[in-house]
Formats: sequence, structure tokens, C-alpha cells
Amino acid sequence: MAREGGEPARETAETVARRSYGKLVAFLAARTRDVAAAEDALSDAFAAALADWPARGVPRNPEAWLAAVARRKSIDAARKRRSGEDAAGHLRLIAEELAASAGDRAVPDDRLALMFACAHPAIDPGIRAPLILQTILGFDAATIASAFLVAPAAMSQRLVRAKSKIRQAGIPFRVPERADLGERLDAVLAAIYAAFAEGWSDPAGTETRRRNLAEEGIWLGRLAASLLPQEPEALGLLALMLHAEARRGARRNQAGDYVPLAEQDPALWDARMIEEAEALLFRASALGMIGRYQLEAAVQSAHVVRRRAGRADWAAIERLYDALSAMTGSPVVAINRAVAIAETRGPEAGLAAIEALAADARLADYQPYWAARAALLAQTGAVEAAERAYERAIGLEPDAAVRRFLQQRRRDLRGPLA
Amino acid sequence: MQYLLMIYGNEAAMQSAGKAEVEQMLAAYGAYSEAMRTSGVIRGGERLRPSSAATTVRVADGKTKVLNGPYAETKEQLGGYFLIDVPDLDAALSWAARCPGASHGVIEVRPIWPM
Repeated sequence: MAREGGEPARETAETVARRSYGKLVAFLAARTRDVAAAEDALSDAFAAALADWPARGVPRNPEAWLAAVARRKSIDAARKRRSGEDAAGHLRLIAEELAASAGDRAVPDDRLALMFACAHPAIDPGIRAPLILQTILGFDAATIASAFLVAPAAMSQRLVRAKSKIRQAGIPFRVPERADLGERLDAVLAAIYAAFAEGWSDPAGTETRRRNLAEEGIWLGRLAASLLPQEPEALGLLALMLHAEARRGARRNQAGDYVPLAEQDPALWDARMIEEAEALLFRASALGMIGRYQLEAAVQSAHVVRRRAGRADWAAIERLYDALSAMTGSPVVAINRAVAIAETRGPEAGLAAIEALAADARLADYQPYWAARAALLAQTGAVEAAERAYERAIGLEPDAAVRRFLQQRRRDLRGPLA
Repeated sequence: MQYLLMIYGNEAAMQSAGKAEVEQMLAAYGAYSEAMRTSGVIRGGERLRPSSAATTVRVADGKTKVLNGPYAETKEQLGGYFLIDVPDLDAALSWAARCPGASHGVIEVRPIWPM
């Protein structure tokens, strides 16, 4: 064992907690399918690590140490909780696992299998993504609830119910056979993207936990893409996330102010990530099955053209949003399509496209709709209407930097630059 | 794990089915239960007489009440069941999907609660 003081030991425990949580849950629950018990045992093991490591040093393989301690804790818990044949069966499963993982060997990575269990058709669709965030990344119910705009108590209850369903119904921890993969994979990819998107909403990267979320989302995306290399949507999702992440450094200027995509300095984009994304997208397109994530990644790719051509390929962007709109019917896609139309056919045409969405009640409180509308109104010279739309957007924006940006745009309407 | 596959179907449609159709259905069930026997998953299974043959019993305030008919008067009624022993829900679901009744009605898959 390496000797380390209290603080490094605590940091190591926290790092392992973050990086290994899902791996340990998947390992502990794979045979018993009891996710809740695995989480309880794991939280006991983390508590034991915080008590033990500062005094005795961080073990050589912290993950294996945690797995072994959690395993012992779950045996104790099973003895206490269960009786008769049920306990015997449970303990036999745990013993099998112990035998399979004897010693200091690396903990196997069954996270993908765990994700597919969470996204099983027997699980309510609305709870699949939250369940993956909790079991793979160790998010607490309150954090997940705030990301999904649900009351924490309700989210907590739904997570508990979903975990009971996995155990009682006997949902397997396994990557499904090819015939069932399509629908099941959609649910897994949606959850990965949800994790990434929550991290992405903290562009300045000031909140460590959120920045890690974007990284974890990409990590999970890499895992899915590497284990399912023949699934074009898995590749497309990873390409999409890498394209977005490549621009992280350009989304804020040195003063911490928001910089919209059109005004970002392409030199600040991460060229290595962009190249990886482009290569993934190329591989995905060769598999000959188009999907939502590939189309969205292709939009990013058309924006990136600006690095070389000085201007994004707006004609391609409009076509891609047409295809996405037909596929998803999403009003958010329709807003982006209107912005693209303004670039290809002029601000009046873009404004007409966005006016066509005005009746959609889902957009009434959606900031990007009002900001896009305001920008197009400003371009057509409708200053007062633009002011009202900016006002609405400002009132709906939770991010202070974006709010400042919108306020500046609103002032510019009547300022010397207008 | 053991699962009960409960076969729900439209009784009226079954009763008005032609002779050839009924024979074909019974042959399909024969092949299905034989396949379950061959693979060793079957633990039991029976066909039920229609719900018109059902009688419902309950005891309230110390008095036994016996009623003619099924528990719930619905168009789809429980028509039979299979008890199977398979590794997990996916295996149970794939057996449920093969059940001839799944093409006409629905199969409810319920894990057995071991006592």
C-alpha cells in the first residue's frame, strides 16, 4: 500500500467514486439484479474507504478494494434481510461472483449491460435516462430531478420503483441480441445524451460536477461506440458530443461573456476532437442507416466548415434540419431550421418560418425561440418587436452570461451599432 | 426464475371461430407446449373453460357470497396459462411471444414470488 495523507486519500476515494461508480454497481448487481442493495453496499464501502485510507494508505487497486468490501457488506445485509431458501439463493449468487472476481484482479466493466437493463422495454420510458444517470454515474435523485424538472420526492420514488422492477421481474444485465437492439439502443443513447447535455449547460465549466457530466457523457458514448461499432447511431451520437465539446473553449470570452456560435473564433475550437468527430461520422455514413444523431452531428460538421471556408455551409444545414424536422417533428429543430432559412434565403423568409411556430404552446417559455425570433426581427428592422422578444428571452434565461449577452443585444437595437 | 404466462383473449371470437381455425389453433398450441417441453422450461400449463363457466366467491361480514361469472366482465378473458422456468425476463418474453395466443390476444408475464 502506498502511504498517503488524509487529503490525498479523500481525493482518491472521490475520484474512484466518480470514475468507478457504475462499474461497481454493475459488478455488484449483475447476478442478484438487486441494484438498490448494490448501491447501499457501495455507499458503505465508500464510507469505509474514507475511514480506512487516510490512516492506512490508499490500496494499490482502489476499485478492487471497494468491490471486495461492498461484496462483504452485501453478504451481511443479505443474511440480515433474508431468510430460508431465498437467502441461500442470494448468497450462492454472491459467492459465485466472489469466486469469479477473486483477489486483486480488475473489476470487469459491465456498464453497458447495466445500461441496457435500465433501458429495458419493461421499464417505463420516462425513467430510463434518470435510472442510467443514477446507476452509472451515481447521481442523487435531487440532481436528476432538477435536470428533468421533476419534484425530487417524485423522482426518488420512481427510481425506487424502477429498481424493484429490475429485481422482481428478473430483467437481465445483458446487451440484447441484434434483433432487439434497435429500440433498446435508442433508449441507451438518449440517456447518454441527456447526461452530456446536462454537463453542456455549464459552458464555463465552473461547476466541477457538471463539467464531469459532459466528460462522462462522452465517456459513455465512447464505450457504446466501441462495443457497438456497427451501430451508426452510436457513432453519430459520439460525433455529435465531440463536435459540441470541441467548442467549449470558444463559448466564453476572457471576460466570461457568452459568445454565440456564429461569432466564435474557429482557432479556439479543438481540432483534434473535430477530426475525431468527422472520422466517426464518415464511418457511420458508410453503414448506410441514417438517424437523428448522425443528422445532428452532420449539422455541427457543416458549421465547422467555417474553419476553412470562412462561412458555415448553410444550405447543407437547412437540408439537414429539413430531414430532422421530418424525422422528429421537434419544435426545437424547427427553430434551428428557421435560423438556417434566414441565412440561405434572407431574414424575412427566416422570420416567416419562425412566425409559423408561434402557435406552438411548447415554445411559449422556451428561451431559444424568443432569442431567435428577436434576432430575426432585428435583422428585418422591426426594432420594437425585437425589443419585446429579447425582453421575453432575457426573462426566461437561467444562465447569467447568456442573459448579459441578450441584454447587450437588446441595447444594441437602439445603440450606435444598430 | 419462474414466470406465469397468462393468456388473455377474446372469448366471443374464439367461440365463433370455424372448425378448421380451431383445429389449427389447437395444433399450434400442441407444437408450442411440445417446444417448451423439449427445451425443458415448462413447469405446468392448462387451458381454461370459458368465463361463462366461472364462479366467483367472496366472504364479507362473515357471509359467503357466490356469484355466477368471472371476477371482471371484460371482453378479453383469461383463457389459459403456462408456468415456465427460465433464466430471466427476456427469455420469458421470448417464450410469451411464441405463444399462439399472443397473435390474437395478449400474454401477461408475471414473475412468481418465491415463498
